[in-house]
Amino acid sequence: MIIQAIFIVMTLCTLGGAVGVVSSRNLFHSALYLILSFFGVAGYYVLLSAGFLAVIQLMVYIGAIAILILFAIMFSRESAMNSAKESQANRQRWLGLPVAMGLFISLIAVIIPVNWPIQQTAPTTDMVRDLGVAFLTSYLIPFEVVSVLLSVALIGAVMLAREENPPVKETK
Amino acid sequence: MQSIVDFIVSLNIPLITQPIAKLIIDLLLAAVVAVLAPSSLVILTWLERKIIGRIQDRIGPNRAGPFGILQAVADMVKMFTKEDITPTKADRISFNIAPSLSVMAAIMVFAVIPFAPGFVGADLNVAVLYVVAIGGFSTLSILMGGWASNNKYALLGAFRVVAMLLTYEIPMVMALIVVTLAAGSMSMVKIIEAQSSMWYIVSLPVAFLVFLIAGVAESGRSPFDLIEAESELIAGFHVEYTGIKFGMFMIGEYVHMLALSFLLAILFLGGWQIPFINVAALPGPVGPILGFISLMIKVSCFVFILMWFRGTLPRFRIDVLIDFGWKFLVPLSLVLVIAVAVAVKLAQGFGVWAETVALLVVNLLVAALAVQSQRLVANSRRLK
Repeated sequence: MIIQAIFIVMTLCTLGGAVGVVSSRNLFHSALYLILSFFGVAGYYVLLSAGFLAVIQLMVYIGAIAILILFAIMFSRESAMNSAKESQANRQRWLGLPVAMGLFISLIAVIIPVNWPIQQTAPTTDMVRDLGVAFLTSYLIPFEVVSVLLSVALIGAVMLAREENPPVKETK
Repeated sequence: MQSIVDFIVSLNIPLITQPIAKLIIDLLLAAVVAVLAPSSLVILTWLERKIIGRIQDRIGPNRAGPFGILQAVADMVKMFTKEDITPTKADRISFNIAPSLSVMAAIMVFAVIPFAPGFVGADLNVAVLYVVAIGGFSTLSILMGGWASNNKYALLGAFRVVAMLLTYEIPMVMALIVVTLAAGSMSMVKIIEAQSSMWYIVSLPVAFLVFLIAGVAESGRSPFDLIEAESELIAGFHVEYTGIKFGMFMIGEYVHMLALSFLLAILFLGGWQIPFINVAALPGPVGPILGFISLMIKVSCFVFILMWFRGTLPRFRIDVLIDFGWKFLVPLSLVLVIAVAVAVKLAQGFGVWAETVALLVVNLLVAALAVQSQRLVANSRRLK
Protein backbone atom coordinates (compact mmCIF):
# COMPACT_ATOMS: atom_id res chain seq x y z
CA MET A 1 0.00 0.00 0.00
CA ILE A 2 2.78 2.39 0.97
CA ILE A 3 4.71 1.35 -2.14
CA GLN A 4 1.71 2.24 -4.33
CA ALA A 5 1.40 5.63 -2.66
CA ILE A 6 5.08 6.34 -3.24
CA PHE A 7 4.72 5.19 -6.84
CA ILE A 8 1.86 7.64 -7.39
CA VAL A 9 3.83 10.50 -5.85
CA MET A 10 6.87 9.68 -7.98
CA THR A 11 4.71 9.48 -11.11
CA LEU A 12 3.25 12.89 -10.33
CA CYS A 13 6.78 14.22 -9.89
CA THR A 14 8.02 12.72 -13.15
CA LEU A 15 5.07 13.57 -15.37
CA GLY A 16 4.26 16.88 -13.69
CA GLY A 17 7.90 17.87 -13.99
CA ALA A 18 8.00 16.85 -17.63
CA VAL A 19 4.87 18.86 -18.44
CA GLY A 20 6.35 21.79 -16.50
CA VAL A 21 9.54 21.67 -18.56
CA VAL A 22 7.73 22.18 -21.85
CA SER A 23 4.96 24.46 -20.65
CA SER A 24 6.83 26.87 -18.40
CA ARG A 25 7.48 30.24 -20.00
CA ASN A 26 10.58 30.85 -17.93
CA LEU A 27 13.71 28.94 -18.88
CA PHE A 28 14.99 28.77 -15.33
CA HIS A 29 11.69 27.30 -14.15
CA SER A 30 11.87 24.74 -16.95
CA ALA A 31 15.25 23.64 -15.65
CA LEU A 32 13.87 23.36 -12.11
CA TYR A 33 10.94 21.26 -13.37
CA LEU A 34 13.47 19.05 -15.15
CA ILE A 35 15.13 18.42 -11.78
CA LEU A 36 11.75 17.42 -10.32
CA SER A 37 11.30 15.01 -13.19
CA PHE A 38 14.78 13.50 -12.66
CA PHE A 39 13.98 13.14 -8.98
CA GLY A 40 10.83 11.17 -9.82
CA VAL A 41 12.83 8.81 -12.02
CA ALA A 42 15.30 8.27 -9.17
CA GLY A 43 12.31 7.34 -7.01
CA TYR A 44 11.30 4.67 -9.55
CA TYR A 45 14.79 3.16 -9.32
CA VAL A 46 14.46 2.96 -5.53
CA LEU A 47 11.10 1.23 -5.87
CA LEU A 48 12.74 -1.27 -8.26
CA SER A 49 15.42 -2.01 -5.60
CA ALA A 50 18.06 -0.46 -7.83
CA GLY A 51 19.60 1.77 -5.16
CA PHE A 52 22.85 2.24 -7.03
CA LEU A 53 21.11 3.51 -10.16
CA ALA A 54 18.92 5.81 -8.05
CA VAL A 55 21.91 7.40 -6.36
CA ILE A 56 23.77 7.74 -9.65
CA GLN A 57 20.67 9.31 -11.18
CA LEU A 58 20.64 11.92 -8.40
CA MET A 59 24.38 12.47 -8.59
CA VAL A 60 24.81 12.72 -12.34
CA TYR A 61 21.50 14.17 -13.51
CA ILE A 62 20.66 16.51 -10.63
CA GLY A 63 24.09 17.07 -9.09
CA ALA A 64 25.91 17.68 -12.35
CA ILE A 65 23.81 17.97 -15.51
CA ALA A 66 20.85 19.95 -14.17
CA ILE A 67 23.12 22.30 -12.25
CA LEU A 68 25.23 22.89 -15.36
CA ILE A 69 22.05 23.61 -17.32
CA LEU A 70 21.00 26.17 -14.69
CA PHE A 71 24.50 27.60 -14.76
CA ALA A 72 24.46 27.92 -18.55
CA ILE A 73 21.05 29.59 -18.48
CA MET A 74 22.20 32.09 -15.89
CA PHE A 75 25.28 32.91 -17.92
CA SER A 76 23.88 33.09 -21.40
CA ARG A 77 20.49 34.71 -21.09
CA GLU A 78 19.88 38.05 -19.63
CA SER A 79 16.18 37.43 -19.93
CA ALA A 80 16.40 34.43 -17.63
CA MET A 81 17.66 36.61 -14.84
CA ASN A 82 14.90 39.14 -15.31
CA SER A 83 12.22 36.43 -15.28
CA ALA A 84 11.10 37.50 -18.74
CA LYS A 85 8.46 35.45 -20.45
CA GLU A 86 9.63 33.43 -23.40
CA SER A 87 7.73 31.67 -26.08
CA GLN A 88 8.01 27.89 -25.77
CA ALA A 89 8.02 27.40 -29.52
CA ASN A 90 10.14 28.56 -32.42
CA ARG A 91 9.63 28.48 -36.17
CA GLN A 92 10.25 24.75 -36.35
CA ARG A 93 7.25 23.82 -34.24
CA TRP A 94 5.24 22.38 -37.13
CA LEU A 95 8.23 20.27 -38.10
CA GLY A 96 8.59 19.14 -34.51
CA LEU A 97 5.01 17.99 -34.22
CA PRO A 98 5.19 14.97 -36.60
CA VAL A 99 8.60 13.98 -35.23
CA ALA A 100 7.34 14.01 -31.66
CA MET A 101 4.14 12.22 -32.59
CA GLY A 102 6.07 9.61 -34.55
CA LEU A 103 8.40 8.98 -31.63
CA PHE A 104 5.48 8.77 -29.20
CA ILE A 105 3.53 6.32 -31.39
CA SER A 106 6.51 4.09 -32.04
CA LEU A 107 7.41 3.99 -28.33
CA ILE A 108 3.83 3.13 -27.39
CA ALA A 109 3.76 0.49 -30.12
CA VAL A 110 6.84 -1.10 -28.59
CA ILE A 111 5.83 -0.78 -24.94
CA ILE A 112 2.21 -1.96 -25.05
CA PRO A 113 2.57 -5.45 -26.65
CA VAL A 114 5.57 -6.49 -24.48
CA ASN A 115 4.70 -8.97 -21.76
CA TRP A 116 6.74 -7.50 -18.91
CA PRO A 117 8.18 -10.41 -16.93
CA ILE A 118 7.75 -10.29 -13.16
CA GLN A 119 10.33 -12.23 -11.21
CA GLN A 120 9.22 -13.81 -7.98
CA THR A 121 12.74 -14.02 -6.58
CA ALA A 122 14.18 -11.08 -4.70
CA PRO A 123 16.68 -9.02 -6.69
CA THR A 124 20.33 -9.39 -5.86
CA THR A 125 21.34 -7.30 -2.87
CA ASP A 126 24.93 -6.47 -3.76
CA MET A 127 24.18 -4.92 -7.11
CA VAL A 128 27.20 -2.64 -7.03
CA ARG A 129 29.58 -5.59 -7.03
CA ASP A 130 27.67 -7.33 -9.82
CA LEU A 131 27.67 -4.17 -11.91
CA GLY A 132 31.37 -3.65 -11.37
CA VAL A 133 32.22 -7.21 -12.32
CA ALA A 134 30.02 -6.98 -15.41
CA PHE A 135 31.68 -3.74 -16.48
CA LEU A 136 35.14 -5.26 -16.23
CA THR A 137 34.38 -8.64 -17.80
CA SER A 138 31.53 -9.14 -20.26
CA TYR A 139 30.93 -5.43 -21.00
CA LEU A 140 34.55 -4.30 -20.97
CA ILE A 141 34.68 -3.03 -24.57
CA PRO A 142 31.48 -0.95 -24.42
CA PHE A 143 32.59 0.42 -21.06
CA GLU A 144 35.95 1.50 -22.47
CA VAL A 145 34.36 2.95 -25.60
CA VAL A 146 32.02 5.06 -23.47
CA SER A 147 34.96 6.23 -21.38
CA VAL A 148 36.85 7.29 -24.50
CA LEU A 149 33.74 9.03 -25.80
CA LEU A 150 33.42 11.02 -22.58
CA SER A 151 37.10 11.95 -22.63
CA VAL A 152 36.78 13.12 -26.23
CA ALA A 153 33.78 15.24 -25.28
CA LEU A 154 35.72 16.73 -22.39
CA ILE A 155 38.79 17.56 -24.48
CA GLY A 156 36.55 18.92 -27.23
CA ALA A 157 34.84 21.23 -24.78
CA VAL A 158 38.18 22.52 -23.54
CA MET A 159 39.37 23.09 -27.13
CA LEU A 160 36.18 24.99 -27.99
CA ALA A 161 36.40 27.16 -24.92
CA ARG A 162 40.10 27.93 -25.33
CA GLU A 163 41.09 31.31 -26.64
CA GLU A 164 42.54 31.32 -30.15
CA ASN A 165 45.52 33.51 -29.37
CA PRO A 166 46.07 33.55 -25.65
CA PRO A 167 47.26 36.99 -24.56
CA VAL A 168 50.92 37.14 -23.59
CA LYS A 169 51.24 36.96 -19.86
CA GLU A 170 52.77 39.91 -18.06
CA THR A 171 56.12 39.06 -16.64
CA LYS A 172 57.71 40.88 -13.82
CA MET B 1 15.89 -1.96 17.72
CA GLN B 2 14.00 -5.23 17.35
CA SER B 3 13.50 -5.47 21.12
CA ILE B 4 11.61 -2.17 21.17
CA VAL B 5 9.35 -3.40 18.37
CA ASP B 6 8.67 -6.61 20.30
CA PHE B 7 7.89 -4.61 23.41
CA ILE B 8 5.31 -2.50 21.61
CA VAL B 9 3.69 -5.56 20.07
CA SER B 10 3.58 -7.25 23.49
CA LEU B 11 1.44 -4.39 24.84
CA ASN B 12 -1.41 -5.86 22.77
CA ILE B 13 -2.84 -2.55 21.63
CA PRO B 14 -5.46 -3.23 18.96
CA LEU B 15 -4.36 -2.64 15.34
CA ILE B 16 -0.68 -2.45 16.34
CA THR B 17 0.90 -5.41 14.60
CA GLN B 18 4.54 -6.17 13.90
CA PRO B 19 4.91 -4.14 10.67
CA ILE B 20 2.96 -1.17 12.03
CA ALA B 21 5.00 -1.14 15.24
CA LYS B 22 8.15 -1.17 13.11
CA LEU B 23 6.82 1.68 10.98
CA ILE B 24 6.05 3.71 14.12
CA ILE B 25 9.55 3.14 15.51
CA ASP B 26 11.11 4.03 12.15
CA LEU B 27 9.12 7.25 11.87
CA LEU B 28 9.94 8.10 15.47
CA LEU B 29 13.67 7.61 14.96
CA ALA B 30 13.58 9.58 11.70
CA ALA B 31 11.82 12.41 13.54
CA VAL B 32 14.39 12.32 16.35
CA VAL B 33 17.29 12.61 13.91
CA ALA B 34 15.54 15.26 11.82
CA VAL B 35 14.85 17.38 14.90
CA LEU B 36 18.12 16.83 16.75
CA ALA B 37 20.37 17.65 13.77
CA PRO B 38 19.06 21.22 13.33
CA SER B 39 18.83 21.66 17.11
CA SER B 40 22.57 21.19 17.30
CA LEU B 41 22.64 24.71 15.83
CA VAL B 42 21.93 26.03 19.34
CA ILE B 43 25.17 24.59 20.67
CA LEU B 44 27.21 25.03 17.49
CA THR B 45 26.60 28.77 17.05
CA TRP B 46 27.39 29.46 20.69
CA LEU B 47 30.49 27.28 20.52
CA GLU B 48 31.69 28.92 17.32
CA ARG B 49 31.28 32.44 18.67
CA LYS B 50 33.00 31.48 21.87
CA ILE B 51 35.91 29.70 20.16
CA ILE B 52 36.44 32.35 17.52
CA GLY B 53 36.17 34.99 20.22
CA ARG B 54 38.95 33.33 22.16
CA ILE B 55 41.07 32.93 19.03
CA GLN B 56 40.68 36.65 18.34
CA ASP B 57 41.46 37.50 21.97
CA ARG B 58 37.89 38.43 22.84
CA ILE B 59 35.57 36.88 25.41
CA GLY B 60 32.73 36.15 23.01
CA PRO B 61 29.07 36.07 24.09
CA ASN B 62 28.82 36.38 27.88
CA ARG B 63 25.57 38.23 28.61
CA ALA B 64 22.73 35.75 28.14
CA GLY B 65 22.89 33.04 30.78
CA PRO B 66 26.04 31.50 32.27
CA PHE B 67 28.98 31.78 29.84
CA GLY B 68 26.52 33.31 27.38
CA ILE B 69 25.09 29.90 26.63
CA LEU B 70 21.61 31.32 26.05
CA GLN B 71 22.98 33.54 23.25
CA ALA B 72 21.78 31.09 20.61
CA VAL B 73 18.27 31.14 22.06
CA ALA B 74 18.29 34.92 21.96
CA ASP B 75 19.49 34.80 18.35
CA MET B 76 16.71 32.43 17.45
CA VAL B 77 14.04 34.61 19.05
CA LYS B 78 15.45 37.54 17.11
CA MET B 79 15.36 35.60 13.85
CA PHE B 80 11.79 34.42 14.37
CA THR B 81 10.51 37.90 15.12
CA LYS B 82 12.19 39.68 12.19
CA GLU B 83 10.03 40.74 9.30
CA ASP B 84 9.81 38.13 6.58
CA ILE B 85 10.54 39.94 3.32
CA THR B 86 10.18 38.64 -0.20
CA PRO B 87 11.49 41.20 -2.71
CA THR B 88 8.84 42.33 -5.21
CA LYS B 89 10.89 41.36 -8.25
CA ALA B 90 12.03 38.05 -6.75
CA ASP B 91 10.89 34.75 -8.13
CA ARG B 92 8.45 34.00 -5.32
CA ILE B 93 8.31 30.19 -5.43
CA SER B 94 12.02 29.45 -5.93
CA PHE B 95 12.87 32.13 -3.39
CA ASN B 96 10.79 30.40 -0.73
CA ILE B 97 11.72 26.82 -1.58
CA ALA B 98 15.49 27.40 -1.55
CA PRO B 99 15.98 27.79 2.26
CA SER B 100 14.05 24.63 3.10
CA LEU B 101 15.90 22.74 0.38
CA SER B 102 19.18 23.73 1.98
CA VAL B 103 18.09 22.41 5.41
CA MET B 104 16.64 19.28 3.82
CA ALA B 105 19.86 18.49 1.99
CA ALA B 106 21.88 18.85 5.18
CA ILE B 107 19.56 16.65 7.26
CA MET B 108 19.21 13.91 4.65
CA VAL B 109 22.88 12.97 5.11
CA PHE B 110 22.08 11.77 8.63
CA ALA B 111 19.86 9.02 7.23
CA VAL B 112 22.89 6.84 6.47
CA ILE B 113 25.08 7.70 9.46
CA PRO B 114 25.66 4.88 11.94
CA PHE B 115 25.54 6.48 15.40
CA ALA B 116 26.41 3.32 17.32
CA PRO B 117 26.63 -0.42 16.61
CA GLY B 118 23.20 -1.39 15.28
CA PHE B 119 21.86 2.18 15.26
CA VAL B 120 21.75 3.37 11.69
CA GLY B 121 18.84 4.89 9.79
CA ALA B 122 19.41 3.01 6.54
CA ASP B 123 22.45 0.84 5.93
CA LEU B 124 22.53 1.50 2.20
CA ASN B 125 25.15 -0.42 0.24
CA VAL B 126 25.77 2.82 -1.69
CA ALA B 127 25.80 5.14 1.33
CA VAL B 128 29.01 6.87 0.26
CA LEU B 129 27.54 7.79 -3.13
CA TYR B 130 24.29 8.80 -1.47
CA VAL B 131 26.16 11.39 0.56
CA VAL B 132 27.68 12.88 -2.60
CA ALA B 133 24.33 12.84 -4.39
CA ILE B 134 22.65 14.68 -1.52
CA GLY B 135 25.43 17.29 -1.70
CA GLY B 136 24.02 18.23 -5.11
CA PHE B 137 20.84 19.45 -3.42
CA SER B 138 22.66 21.94 -1.26
CA THR B 139 24.37 23.34 -4.37
CA LEU B 140 20.96 23.53 -5.97
CA SER B 141 19.46 25.38 -3.01
CA ILE B 142 22.17 28.04 -3.13
CA LEU B 143 21.81 28.38 -6.90
CA MET B 144 18.03 28.72 -6.59
CA GLY B 145 18.23 31.22 -3.76
CA GLY B 146 20.85 33.29 -5.55
CA TRP B 147 18.95 33.41 -8.80
CA ALA B 148 15.50 33.91 -7.34
CA SER B 149 16.58 36.93 -5.29
CA ASN B 150 16.99 38.84 -8.56
CA ASN B 151 19.97 40.65 -7.13
CA LYS B 152 23.33 40.97 -8.86
CA TYR B 153 25.36 40.21 -5.76
CA ALA B 154 23.24 37.18 -4.97
CA LEU B 155 23.65 35.93 -8.54
CA LEU B 156 27.41 36.43 -8.43
CA GLY B 157 27.49 34.48 -5.18
CA ALA B 158 25.52 31.67 -6.80
CA PHE B 159 27.95 31.60 -9.76
CA ARG B 160 30.88 31.23 -7.43
CA VAL B 161 29.18 28.43 -5.54
CA VAL B 162 28.71 26.35 -8.63
CA ALA B 163 32.24 26.92 -9.91
CA MET B 164 33.70 26.06 -6.54
CA LEU B 165 31.47 23.16 -5.56
CA LEU B 166 31.83 21.43 -8.93
CA THR B 167 35.60 21.80 -8.64
CA TYR B 168 35.87 20.38 -5.15
CA GLU B 169 33.29 17.65 -5.65
CA ILE B 170 35.75 15.70 -7.83
CA PRO B 171 38.60 15.36 -5.27
CA MET B 172 35.97 14.63 -2.63
CA VAL B 173 34.51 11.76 -4.64
CA MET B 174 38.02 10.50 -5.39
CA ALA B 175 38.88 10.48 -1.67
CA LEU B 176 35.67 8.57 -1.04
CA ILE B 177 36.65 6.09 -3.74
CA VAL B 178 39.99 5.56 -2.01
CA VAL B 179 38.21 4.73 1.24
CA THR B 180 35.80 2.47 -0.63
CA LEU B 181 38.71 0.64 -2.24
CA ALA B 182 40.40 0.09 1.10
CA ALA B 183 37.22 -1.03 2.87
CA GLY B 184 35.87 -3.05 -0.06
CA SER B 185 32.38 -1.61 0.41
CA MET B 186 30.41 1.62 0.09
CA SER B 187 28.26 0.92 3.14
CA MET B 188 29.04 3.13 6.14
CA VAL B 189 28.64 0.22 8.56
CA LYS B 190 31.07 -1.95 6.57
CA ILE B 191 33.57 0.93 6.33
CA ILE B 192 33.49 1.29 10.13
CA GLU B 193 33.88 -2.45 10.60
CA ALA B 194 36.83 -2.51 8.19
CA GLN B 195 38.58 -0.05 10.51
CA SER B 196 38.32 -2.29 13.57
CA SER B 197 42.08 -2.89 13.65
CA MET B 198 43.40 0.27 12.00
CA TRP B 199 41.84 3.67 11.38
CA TYR B 200 42.13 5.01 7.86
CA ILE B 201 43.60 8.28 9.09
CA VAL B 202 46.75 6.25 9.74
CA SER B 203 46.82 4.20 6.56
CA LEU B 204 45.29 6.80 4.19
CA PRO B 205 46.56 10.19 5.42
CA VAL B 206 46.58 11.81 1.97
CA ALA B 207 43.01 10.76 1.27
CA PHE B 208 42.06 12.19 4.66
CA LEU B 209 43.64 15.56 3.87
CA VAL B 210 42.04 15.70 0.42
CA PHE B 211 38.65 14.84 1.90
CA LEU B 212 39.07 17.39 4.68
CA ILE B 213 39.97 20.20 2.26
CA ALA B 214 37.31 19.29 -0.27
CA GLY B 215 34.74 18.80 2.50
CA VAL B 216 35.39 22.22 4.01
CA ALA B 217 35.10 23.71 0.51
CA GLU B 218 31.80 21.88 -0.05
CA SER B 219 30.38 23.22 3.19
CA GLY B 220 31.25 26.73 1.97
CA ARG B 221 32.92 27.76 5.21
CA SER B 222 36.00 29.85 5.75
CA PRO B 223 38.61 29.79 4.19
CA PHE B 224 36.37 28.77 1.28
CA ASP B 225 33.52 31.18 2.06
CA LEU B 226 33.76 33.09 -1.23
CA ILE B 227 30.08 32.46 -1.64
CA GLU B 228 29.37 35.10 0.96
CA ALA B 229 32.58 37.12 0.86
CA GLU B 230 31.40 40.20 2.75
CA SER B 231 34.03 42.50 1.30
CA GLU B 232 33.17 41.65 -2.30
CA LEU B 233 29.59 40.42 -2.42
CA ILE B 234 27.97 41.85 0.73
CA ALA B 235 26.46 38.51 1.74
CA GLY B 236 26.41 36.55 -1.50
CA PHE B 237 23.43 34.38 -2.27
CA HIS B 238 21.48 35.16 0.91
CA VAL B 239 21.72 38.94 0.66
CA GLU B 240 17.95 39.30 0.15
CA TYR B 241 16.91 36.82 2.82
CA THR B 242 15.59 37.94 6.17
CA GLY B 243 14.26 36.42 9.35
CA ILE B 244 13.69 32.72 9.54
CA LYS B 245 14.49 32.10 5.88
CA PHE B 246 17.97 33.46 6.45
CA GLY B 247 18.01 31.36 9.62
CA MET B 248 17.28 28.26 7.57
CA PHE B 249 20.30 28.89 5.35
CA MET B 250 22.32 29.22 8.54
CA ILE B 251 20.89 25.95 9.87
CA GLY B 252 21.79 24.39 6.55
CA GLU B 253 25.39 25.58 6.86
CA TYR B 254 25.85 24.40 10.43
CA VAL B 255 24.15 21.06 9.93
CA HIS B 256 26.33 20.61 6.85
CA MET B 257 29.39 21.24 9.01
CA LEU B 258 28.15 18.74 11.58
CA ALA B 259 27.45 16.16 8.88
CA LEU B 260 30.94 16.70 7.49
CA SER B 261 32.42 16.09 10.94
CA PHE B 262 30.38 12.90 11.24
CA LEU B 263 31.62 11.74 7.84
CA LEU B 264 35.24 12.49 8.70
CA ALA B 265 34.90 10.61 11.99
CA ILE B 266 33.24 7.64 10.32
CA LEU B 267 35.39 7.38 7.22
CA PHE B 268 38.78 8.06 8.76
CA LEU B 269 38.56 7.71 12.56
CA GLY B 270 36.65 4.46 12.70
CA GLY B 271 33.22 5.86 13.67
CA TRP B 272 32.08 4.26 16.90
CA GLN B 273 35.18 2.08 17.25
CA ILE B 274 37.28 2.44 20.39
CA PRO B 275 40.94 1.38 20.16
CA PHE B 276 41.63 -2.04 21.72
CA ILE B 277 37.97 -2.61 22.65
CA ASN B 278 35.51 -4.56 20.53
CA VAL B 279 32.52 -2.27 21.03
CA ALA B 280 30.06 -4.37 19.05
CA ALA B 281 30.69 -7.42 21.27
CA LEU B 282 30.01 -5.64 24.59
CA PRO B 283 26.89 -6.93 26.40
CA GLY B 284 23.56 -5.14 26.44
CA PRO B 285 23.29 -1.39 26.04
CA VAL B 286 26.93 -0.78 27.07
CA GLY B 287 28.28 -1.25 23.52
CA PRO B 288 25.98 1.24 21.76
CA ILE B 289 26.35 3.82 24.54
CA LEU B 290 30.15 3.63 24.59
CA GLY B 291 30.22 3.60 20.80
CA PHE B 292 28.03 6.68 20.62
CA ILE B 293 30.20 8.53 23.15
CA SER B 294 33.32 7.57 21.20
CA LEU B 295 31.78 8.82 17.94
CA MET B 296 30.67 12.07 19.52
CA ILE B 297 34.15 12.74 20.91
CA LYS B 298 35.62 12.31 17.44
CA VAL B 299 32.90 14.47 15.89
CA SER B 300 33.52 17.21 18.46
CA CYS B 301 37.21 17.19 17.60
CA PHE B 302 36.41 17.78 13.94
CA VAL B 303 33.84 20.46 14.76
CA PHE B 304 36.52 22.23 16.76
CA ILE B 305 39.05 21.88 13.93
CA LEU B 306 36.58 23.37 11.44
CA MET B 307 35.94 26.32 13.74
CA TRP B 308 39.67 26.70 14.24
CA PHE B 309 40.08 26.93 10.45
CA ARG B 310 37.51 29.70 10.38
CA GLY B 311 39.21 31.59 13.13
CA THR B 312 42.72 31.47 11.72
CA LEU B 313 42.79 31.14 7.93
CA PRO B 314 42.24 34.09 5.58
CA ARG B 315 39.87 33.73 2.65
CA PHE B 316 41.19 32.34 -0.65
CA ARG B 317 40.98 34.41 -3.81
CA ILE B 318 38.60 32.81 -6.32
CA ASP B 319 41.20 32.14 -9.05
CA VAL B 320 43.67 30.69 -6.56
CA LEU B 321 40.91 28.49 -5.23
CA ILE B 322 39.88 27.13 -8.63
CA ASP B 323 43.54 26.65 -9.65
CA PHE B 324 44.25 24.76 -6.45
CA GLY B 325 41.24 22.53 -7.02
CA TRP B 326 41.84 21.67 -10.67
CA LYS B 327 45.63 21.76 -10.92
CA PHE B 328 46.56 20.24 -7.58
CA LEU B 329 43.77 18.34 -5.82
CA VAL B 330 42.23 16.69 -8.88
CA PRO B 331 45.51 15.22 -10.28
CA LEU B 332 46.64 14.29 -6.78
CA SER B 333 43.45 12.43 -6.00
CA LEU B 334 43.44 10.70 -9.39
CA VAL B 335 46.97 9.41 -8.87
CA LEU B 336 46.06 8.39 -5.35
CA VAL B 337 43.09 6.33 -6.52
CA ILE B 338 45.24 4.39 -8.98
CA ALA B 339 48.07 3.88 -6.49
CA VAL B 340 45.77 2.74 -3.70
CA ALA B 341 43.92 0.38 -6.02
CA VAL B 342 47.21 -1.31 -6.91
CA ALA B 343 48.37 -1.40 -3.28
CA VAL B 344 45.10 -2.91 -2.05
CA LYS B 345 45.26 -5.61 -4.70
CA LEU B 346 48.93 -6.44 -3.98
CA ALA B 347 48.51 -6.55 -0.19
CA GLN B 348 45.38 -8.67 -0.35
CA GLY B 349 45.67 -11.77 1.81
CA PHE B 350 48.75 -10.70 3.74
CA GLY B 351 46.85 -9.55 6.83
CA VAL B 352 45.93 -6.19 8.26
CA TRP B 353 49.44 -4.97 9.04
CA ALA B 354 50.78 -5.64 5.56
CA GLU B 355 47.80 -3.78 4.12
CA THR B 356 48.29 -0.82 6.45
CA VAL B 357 51.98 -0.58 5.65
CA ALA B 358 51.35 -0.89 1.91
CA LEU B 359 48.66 1.80 1.96
CA LEU B 360 50.77 4.09 4.10
CA VAL B 361 53.82 3.70 1.84
CA VAL B 362 51.73 4.40 -1.24
CA ASN B 363 50.16 7.46 0.42
CA LEU B 364 53.51 8.86 1.46
CA LEU B 365 54.92 8.26 -2.04
CA VAL B 366 52.02 10.12 -3.61
CA ALA B 367 52.43 12.94 -1.10
CA ALA B 368 56.16 13.17 -1.84
CA LEU B 369 55.40 13.21 -5.57
CA ALA B 370 52.87 16.01 -5.10
CA VAL B 371 55.24 18.10 -3.02
CA GLN B 372 58.09 17.55 -5.47
CA SER B 373 55.96 18.48 -8.48
CA GLN B 374 54.80 21.63 -6.71
CA ARG B 375 58.40 22.52 -5.99
CA LEU B 376 59.34 22.09 -9.66
CA VAL B 377 56.40 24.23 -10.76
CA ALA B 378 57.26 26.93 -8.26
CA ASN B 379 60.93 26.90 -9.27
CA SER B 380 60.16 27.20 -12.97
CA ARG B 381 57.80 30.10 -12.20
CA ARG B 382 60.42 31.83 -10.13
CA LEU B 383 63.00 31.52 -12.92
CA LYS B 384 60.71 33.11 -15.52
